[in-house]
Amino acid sequence: MTAKKYQKVAYYPGCALEGTGHSYNRSTKALGAALGLEIDEVKNWNCCGAMEVKNIDPKLQTYLSSRVMAIAAQEMGYDAVMAPCNGCYHNLKKAEYDLANDEESRQVVDSLSKKAGHGTYKAGEVETIHALDWLKESIGEDGIRERVRNSLKGLKIANYYGCMYTRPRHIFPEKDKGPGSESTSQPHFMDDLLAAAGAEIVDYPLKTACCGGAHSLSDSDISTKLVLNLLRAAEACGADVIATECPTCHSGLEMHQVRAEKRFGIKTTPVILYFTQLLGLALGLNPRDLGVHENISDSLPLLRERGLAV
Amino acid sequence: MPIHEKHLIREENLLTHDKLVIEGVDVSGHWSTFIQTRVVSDYNEKMEDEIAALPGGEHINRCWQCGSCTNSCTVNAINPDFNPRYWIYLIRTGMESELLRDKDIIWQCVSCNKCTYACPRDVFPEGVMKATSHWLTLKGHTPKSPLQIFDEEFAGQVFAKGKIEESRLIRRFFARTGQPVVQDWLLSMVKRMIKYLPVKMLIGLGLQTLFHPRARGWARARAAINEYVHEKEAAHRKALGLPADAPEAPDAQQPQPHLDRKALIAALKN
Ligand code: SF4
Ligand code: SF4
Repeated sequence: MTAKKYQKVAYYPGCALEGTGHSYNRSTKALGAALGLEIDEVKNWNCCGAMEVKNIDPKLQTYLSSRVMAIAAQEMGYDAVMAPCNGCYHNLKKAEYDLANDEESRQVVDSLSKKAGHGTYKAGEVETIHALDWLKESIGEDGIRERVRNSLKGLKIANYYGCMYTRPRHIFPEKDKGPGSESTSQPHFMDDLLAAAGAEIVDYPLKTACCGGAHSLSDSDISTKLVLNLLRAAEACGADVIATECPTCHSGLEMHQVRAEKRFGIKTTPVILYFTQLLGLALGLNPRDLGVHENISDSLPLLRERGLAV
Repeated sequence: MPIHEKHLIREENLLTHDKLVIEGVDVSGHWSTFIQTRVVSDYNEKMEDEIAALPGGEHINRCWQCGSCTNSCTVNAINPDFNPRYWIYLIRTGMESELLRDKDIIWQCVSCNKCTYACPRDVFPEGVMKATSHWLTLKGHTPKSPLQIFDEEFAGQVFAKGKIEESRLIRRFFARTGQPVVQDWLLSMVKRMIKYLPVKMLIGLGLQTLFHPRARGWARARAAINEYVHEKEAAHRKALGLPADAPEAPDAQQPQPHLDRKALIAALKN
C-alpha cells in the first residue's frame, strides 16, 4: 500500500479561527487528534493579508502570506501547510502564483523579507492545501467509512464552498485536472467526505455563489440578500444543514440569518455547521469538543432529534 | 462602439412626446420616442491611465467588451445599474461625467471574482472595480466608502501588529462610519451565543480586553511595511497628478438609530 499523503502538515489557523471561527479551529484540531494526523501550528504566524490588505496593495498581501509559508518551509521544514480558512488558503495560493510568475512581486517580497529580518520565501518551497484536501488525501472516503460510529444517515446536507476556494481559477493549477481532482465549477471534496460519513447530499445549485462576506458589515443589506439566497435555495433542496468550510462564510451565514429575521422578518430553517463538526460527529466525537455549542446557529435540537448529540 | 444593452439608456435621456410633428409630418405615437442628442465635450483622456496606475487596474486595456463580467456578476443580479463592462467602456473612452453618475455604487463589488473567472481577456475586472473606487476617492469625487474604511482599519492593525483583533476592528469601524455598536440584530446574535455558554462568553469578552493578538518580533516588519506603503501612496498621488499634501477624503457615514435603554432591555428579553 502506498503511504497516504499529508500525515504530518504545518497548520495555519489564521486570525478568524482565533476569533469568530474558533469552533472551526476546535473541530479541525479534534479531527486531527481522532484520526491520528499530526498538525503543527505555524510558529509566530501573522495575518495572510486577507482581502482587506489585498484591496490596499496586492503585493503587500503577497508578502504577508509569503512570511507564513517561509516559516512553515524554512524554519519548520514542512512541505505542506494546511489552512482551513478559505481566505487564508486563497491568499497563500495567490502569493504562490504571483511569486512563481511575477518578477515585481518577487522583488517586493525579497526586499520586505530582508528588511523584516527573515528568509525570503521562494515559490515551490511548500504546498498550500485546504482542510478539505488534507482530509481527502490523508484519510479519504474509505478511511472515513471505516471509522464512522454515528452515521449521518438521513441528514440532508447542502455543501457550500463559497468564492475563495475556487476563484479565480489560475491560482489553483491542481484543480480541474480530471477524475480525482477538485473542480472549480462543481467542487465536490466536501460532498465526497460527508457522503462517506453517511449523509444525504442534496443537489445544491449555489455551491460556489457568493455570501457577500466582503461586505458583512460595510454593506450589510447586500450581504443579507445574498445569504438569504443561499438559505432559501438550501431550503428548496430540502436541506436540514448547510455545511461550510470557511469561517467567513460560516459567520456570514449565521449573522445574516439572524439579521434577515430581525430586520426583514424572514425566517429560514437550515442550521449551519462546519464540515469538520459534521465529520467529528460521525466519528463519535462529543459535540462540545467540536465546538457545536459555540456556533450561533443552534443545531443541537436537530442533532438530538437525529441521535447525533445528547 | 455602440451600446447594445437597451437598459443602459438612462430614463432621463429618453424623450417621449405626446404629440410630435416633424417637417410637417405628424409622427405622434409609435415614432415619438427619441434618445436625447448629447454632445460629450468633457472627455478625460487621462482616466484610463490613471486607473491603470492603481492596484488592480493594471490590465484594463485588454478589455474587448464581451460583457461576460457583467453577465456573471453577483451584484449586477441585485442591482442592474452595477455594470462592470459598461464602466470599463466609460473609463477607456474617457467618459468621466457618465461614470460619475454611478460613483456611489462602484465600491459595492463583493469581490466574488465571478467576473475574473469568466473574463476571456485576463482583465481582472474585480481589481478594476477596486482601482476605480480608489480613483474616485483620491480624486475627491466620493468620500471613503464603508469598504475602504473597513480595509484601512483592518490593514492598519495588520501592519501594526501582524494580526487582527476582531472586536476592536468592529468597534473602530462602527465608530468611523457613525453607527451604533449596539444594533438589534447584533444583540440577537449575542443572545444566541450565550444560550449555551454564559460563563465562557463572559470570560471571552473579558479576555479580549486584556489579550491583544500580535506576532512577536514584528517591529522590523512593521517599519518595512510602513515605508513601502508611504512610497506607494506617494506614487499613486503622483500618477493621478495630485499634490503630495492633497487632503484625505472624509469617511462615509451610515447613521442608524441608537437603541435607547428601554429598547435595549426589551431586545435582550425577547
Ligand atoms: S468581483 Fe465584483 S464586479 Fe466581479 S462579479 Fe463579483 S461583484 Fe461583480
Ligand atoms: S469579461 Fe473581461 S473582456 Fe469581457 S467585458 Fe468584462 S472585462 Fe472586458
